Amino acid sequence: MFRLNRKCMKCKEGTAVLIIRVNDAFCRSCFKEYFIHKFRAMLGKNRVIFPQEKVLLAVSGGAASCSMLSQVQEGLSREAPKKFRFVPGIIYIDDGGACGRSAEERQRSNALLKSIFTETGFTYFIVSLEQVFSLPTSVLVPGTSDPDPSNPSYKQAVDQYIKEKQTLTEENVASAVAQLSIADSAYSPERKLALERLFSSMKTLTAKEDMLQTLRSVFSKLLYSFCFYFLSFLRYVIAVLVILTAIDITHDKASIQRLTESFVTNLQSDFPSTVSTIYRTSEKLHTVMPPQSQTAEPASKCLLCHCTLDTKVDKASAFHATLVSEQLSQIKLQDSSLDAPAQSAEQCCTEGQGCGPGGCCSSNRLPSHQDLKMLLCYSCRLTIKDMVSLRKAPHSWVQSLRVLHSSNSFYDVVDDMASQQFHM
Amino acid sequence: MPVQCSNCVQRRAVLKRPKTGHSLCKDCFFWAFEEEIHQTIVSAGLFNRGETVAIGASGGKDSTVLAHVMKVLNERYGYGLSLLLLSVDEGITGYRDDSLETVKRNQQQYELPLKIVSYEELYGWTMDAIVKQVGLKNNCTFCGVFRRQALDRGAMMLKVDKICTGHNADDVAETVLMNVLRGDIARLCRCTSISTASDGEGAIPRCKPLKYAYEKEIVLYAYFKKLDYFSTECIYSPNAYRGHARAFLKDLESIRPSSIIDVIHSGETLSIKEGVKMPVQGTCSRCGYISSQALCKSCVLLEGLNRGLPKLGIGKHHRLHGKILAQEPLTEQEEKKLKPVDF
Repeated sequence: MFRLNRKCMKCKEGTAVLIIRVNDAFCRSCFKEYFIHKFRAMLGKNRVIFPQEKVLLAVSGGAASCSMLSQVQEGLSREAPKKFRFVPGIIYIDDGGACGRSAEERQRSNALLKSIFTETGFTYFIVSLEQVFSLPTSVLVPGTSDPDPSNPSYKQAVDQYIKEKQTLTEENVASAVAQLSIADSAYSPERKLALERLFSSMKTLTAKEDMLQTLRSVFSKLLYSFCFYFLSFLRYVIAVLVILTAIDITHDKASIQRLTESFVTNLQSDFPSTVSTIYRTSEKLHTVMPPQSQTAEPASKCLLCHCTLDTKVDKASAFHATLVSEQLSQIKLQDSSLDAPAQSAEQCCTEGQGCGPGGCCSSNRLPSHQDLKMLLCYSCRLTIKDMVSLRKAPHSWVQSLRVLHSSNSFYDVVDDMASQQFHM
Repeated sequence: MPVQCSNCVQRRAVLKRPKTGHSLCKDCFFWAFEEEIHQTIVSAGLFNRGETVAIGASGGKDSTVLAHVMKVLNERYGYGLSLLLLSVDEGITGYRDDSLETVKRNQQQYELPLKIVSYEELYGWTMDAIVKQVGLKNNCTFCGVFRRQALDRGAMMLKVDKICTGHNADDVAETVLMNVLRGDIARLCRCTSISTASDGEGAIPRCKPLKYAYEKEIVLYAYFKKLDYFSTECIYSPNAYRGHARAFLKDLESIRPSSIIDVIHSGETLSIKEGVKMPVQGTCSRCGYISSQALCKSCVLLEGLNRGLPKLGIGKHHRLHGKILAQEPLTEQEEKKLKPVDF
């Protein structure tokens, strides 16, 4: 801890306790005011949350999300004109099963978080990552598309709300909870084992972190009764806080996520506007792929992460180039005599040769690479590629995803991929 | 334990492809490498039959490999192109004069005509002289801007239809990262295009046939083919901002080799939100070159150098362009901001 013998640059009276940005010294109370103001300004500027809307807060228990939670509490306790007008709910996803935490450790932290959440008085959901395998397919709806912050109806909605001043009743909250179908116990041993097998089959930390993030977001899309994912707004505000705290990163090349984090942090110290520039750049980009043409039907979604597929691109593209490279570096797989293990018992045809379309094996036909391209987005293909054996993907998960896409050949596709990875 | 080539299976593998991780023998690697470039050229429709194409040649590995492969593919697939080498002399003693010797040797080896244009004759300034005035921090800006125009001017003198440069996958990926870091939205959506638009009058289209070729593979190809190239880095480049993006990309590649192409894919699929302000293409009032401002960057930089105000082109001083065009003198305060920093 070092001493700052400076006065706060804002009130000019209090002793400064920290420096933000390049050289701005703030005292404790001015910093708190500044921080709260930034949070509220972000909400006000973006204008996406309409009055009375339900907003889901994703809380991980870390510094950033807990700050966000306390900001929301503070904002709801203000006087009527400046009070937040939305209804918050909390979700905490216990991913201890994927990270190797013991049942006791998980129960301890869950209990601690439960007491924190209860105190807030908000509706909360504490779910375990294993439960993603038992999601009923009917609730896996695609996420909402890019909201338009210049929507004129926002102002109308706010004005109307102020006029009518409706309050949320107990019944609304109860019915929202009832719509969820997660009723069963969180710690079923089979599901925990399934989760462990899935993560143990991934070779690199990068792919594990990607898979974790994908499963978490699939889970959150389940809770469709809450229409907005709050955390993204806060990133800029929280980034300022994160940069200030000492970050101890060991093995910063262990995964792409950690490498990127340390790269940005280090660059920030030499170029103080790095974080804000990156953030502003991202604000100018679409997060959801816009439709290719006006008349086109809604684009297909990735089987794994449910984002719009980005693999329907021109022949003159990076994606096409990767396919060309793969083809040119190995012999044609149709000619090889690799056998996918444990195929169906009714194999009347000789190994490696099908009996053609319409033949007796056509229903068990291994789909081509083309079929697989249609199912996964670019980055999920990379994550799956890292799996040693796709047979470790939980069967129930595969089943429900197969139902979702009415594609009986998905499981065959999974086998096909497993057999194609001979070079790993 | 010897590994067999995963393509022909007959010969022993001598290398592992950085791009895909497959083990290949020399001939299969050459074939795959050349074939991928052929696919890139054909699928993007880069050239038309009968065109004259200038290959930007610096004597470095990228342009040497490009010249070699273009010659091979032109013959193998009958593209019907007339190829020639175009080289730029920036006036960097000890670096550029050595690499130009390499280009002259390439001219002999590939039997292609060669033209050299220099900063001295085009602008009246060598990079050595520029660095003396500007210092070591922003000199890459001058060189990059001047070289781009020099290539165009040289190509116009030769009356070619297209220019192609040796930019590789690593370069394009670095550029994408750099533009995100710097918040340059306009460049971000242009930088992954494989060729520049050909609708401007007098603007000769430029393309990058090596856009999907990994730098490591280019090095391997040049090494195994025993090509003659100059391998030293520019002596003025260590402090360039691009170095940060390059270091990050190299680390990414070591974690996951496909990262380079993945970044390019991201760059290609980015789309800009509506309502984001973008620059409009016009022409420079002084020299007629493509420009989004009243004066093109090259004219601004040159003006700054000639007036002893090297920071004129660095940073945003658009309001001063009008004054410069009208040949008005700048106020003392304006001049002070633009002078070089005293060490």
